[in-house]
Amino acid sequence: MYGLNRKDTVLLLIVAILVAAAPLLLNPFPDTSAMGKTFNAGYPDLMQRFVIFGIFAIGFNILFGLTGYLSFGHAAFLGVGSYAGMWMLKLLSINVIPAILFSIAVAGAVSLIIGWISLRRSGIYFSILTLAFAQMAFSLAASVLTPITGGETGLQTSLNDPRIMPGFLGGGTVNSAGNIPAPSLLGMEMSESFILNVGPWAFTFNWGYYICATFMLLAFYIAIRIFRSPFGLMLKAIKSNQQRLNYTGLNTRPYMLTCFVISGMYAGLAGGLMAAMDPQVGAERMQWTASGEVVLMTILGGAGTLIGPVLGAGLIKYFENIFSKINKATLEAWFGVFPDWMTDLLVTLVYPFIGKGWHLTLGLIFMLVVIFLPGGLVEGGQRIARLFRRGKTGAGALKPAE
Amino acid sequence: MDQIILQILNGLDKGSAYALIALGLTLIFGTLGVVNFAHGALFMLGAFCAVTFQRLLTLSYTFLDESQKDFLGNPLKVNVPYVNDWFGPEAGASIIDWSVPLAILFAIPVMIVIGIVMERGLIRHFYKRPHADQILVTFGLAIVLQEIIKYYFGANQIPTPAPQAMFGSFDFGALVGRDPGAIIYPYWRIVYFLFAALLIALVFAFLQFTTFGMVVRAGMADRETVGLLGINIDKRFTIMFGVAAAVAGLAGVMYTPIVSPNYHMGMDFLVISFVVVVVGGMGSLPGAILAGFMLGILESFASMREVIEFLPGINQVVIYLAAIVILLTRPRGLMGRRGVMEE
Repeated sequence: MYGLNRKDTVLLLIVAILVAAAPLLLNPFPDTSAMGKTFNAGYPDLMQRFVIFGIFAIGFNILFGLTGYLSFGHAAFLGVGSYAGMWMLKLLSINVIPAILFSIAVAGAVSLIIGWISLRRSGIYFSILTLAFAQMAFSLAASVLTPITGGETGLQTSLNDPRIMPGFLGGGTVNSAGNIPAPSLLGMEMSESFILNVGPWAFTFNWGYYICATFMLLAFYIAIRIFRSPFGLMLKAIKSNQQRLNYTGLNTRPYMLTCFVISGMYAGLAGGLMAAMDPQVGAERMQWTASGEVVLMTILGGAGTLIGPVLGAGLIKYFENIFSKINKATLEAWFGVFPDWMTDLLVTLVYPFIGKGWHLTLGLIFMLVVIFLPGGLVEGGQRIARLFRRGKTGAGALKPAE
Repeated sequence: MDQIILQILNGLDKGSAYALIALGLTLIFGTLGVVNFAHGALFMLGAFCAVTFQRLLTLSYTFLDESQKDFLGNPLKVNVPYVNDWFGPEAGASIIDWSVPLAILFAIPVMIVIGIVMERGLIRHFYKRPHADQILVTFGLAIVLQEIIKYYFGANQIPTPAPQAMFGSFDFGALVGRDPGAIIYPYWRIVYFLFAALLIALVFAFLQFTTFGMVVRAGMADRETVGLLGINIDKRFTIMFGVAAAVAGLAGVMYTPIVSPNYHMGMDFLVISFVVVVVGGMGSLPGAILAGFMLGILESFASMREVIEFLPGINQVVIYLAAIVILLTRPRGLMGRRGVMEE
């Protein structure tokens, strides 16, 4: 279907169904229950982050997973995309489509320049060059480029923005109520939601989320096509042995540069969507810890696999949310069934890892994954699947399911 | 002229820190071939050794002094650090005052142990893995170390002052025959520079003039042959990892009076240190030192008011610009050896 083989079609359909049903699936507990308050993740803000970071990670994976070039500066493209999208929302129209298109274009242009320079080197040097560029972009955005980026306060839509497009295309300085208009598409604001109450459950279907999800599915589809294309094969060849490719007379530079720019455009799309969801942008979005985060997502899920980055992005954002919500009282309630001394002991042991300690947990998980499971969770899943299959048929032959 | 001298001096202390961290990074890379993203965290741990040492020294007990009354007429509570009891009040007070330099003695063994544990426990398993994996696992380790420090010491900066005697500034202008007051430089920064120079000299002397250092250098050149000669090169490289950790740690200890330590100071320095290593040439110890000082001085020149007015924001990016130019024109770095990490 649409140039995909059967297996990929099934994968795409599964992802599409999961994404479409996310508002239902992520709210498995009644809204008011204790479990629901902690574990429910079906609210618009978080779901949007799932898919936006999913896009970001898919893009990063096209570069890192296929070619093995580890970029440590990908957040720069995300930030540039956000700023570009924001300016469209300020100058042109509150409609998100021009903003997103412009984000992609600007991020693509910036990644063309950075890629053209950084790709002259490979390995660790490439990582450091991209890191240097990202740090440069971050420091410039936070200081000298203040007229464009808003410096440390950041950039947001305001009442004085021109928005020159005619009203039916989302122009106009203020909305009918005289407030700053919110980003919208097809006359519906991003933040508009439809809440479905079923008994004690409340499911929120958010317009903005479904727009992001559509973009994510599109991005995912394009990624599958890239993975299966001759171009993708060439990138995999670069990963396995670039030198040999050069000796056979192939110039790998254009392939690498194209790949880098595509990856940058994905980051730009994610940045543009971020700006459209929440119309304020700060320079911290470009900090190198943000670049590190997308690396974590990709590795955790499984670099070089199709579903891995999406899985990693979802998991990291989900656990970040849950872990930050758990506090000492929650822990005490959980471990309350044990005798007192044991409760105290368990709470003391677990407490450093939750709440503000989320980053500690993240770092530990990340280290464990790199040490024991370099292929990420997807490889873990495959190993388990292989165990079962070997038990049944006794054959070790198994094609890696990507 | 005064300005130029001043900026060179200003660049020296930052350059010293860059050079020391880059020296450790290069030692690890040259011996073990590992790209250590956790090296900034070692610098930070060193700084927190100083904090811990200061807290240990100021551990005190409280007793009620009947002879003194507070304003309510109750007996005054007096905090007495244990060191005062052991060494007498005056010596105790000056020990606490000199806690930062004394912390060096505390930091050396602690950092060497941390380094060796890190190498034996984690990094050893990554020699045969690709560089990307090494970067990733040490990056994870850096996050973990940073978060542990944040958990115990909090997210705020912790002021650790230099000894009283080192307060104030040195009138450098008067010394070299310029106008008095034209070139003023804080004492502690001079101390830091001298300390860094001494430490660098010690490391080089250790590598150059001891048998141990000779074996390590031989191992850096050709590990396999040294191993075939019946020398346990792994053990020596492990010790060199400890030494590199100690160098980074000491750089951190002595840096605390200049910038109060906080948990993310290591990351701030790490990015620049990598740039320094690359500019100096991967695997070249003199290159790392040279590049460290050069970039430090370059940065301080770029922060001059005149320069900033001419090129706004240049002070923020000059190091990265320099790195990009050098990497593109001299791919091996300033003093890189042929065949080391050439890609």
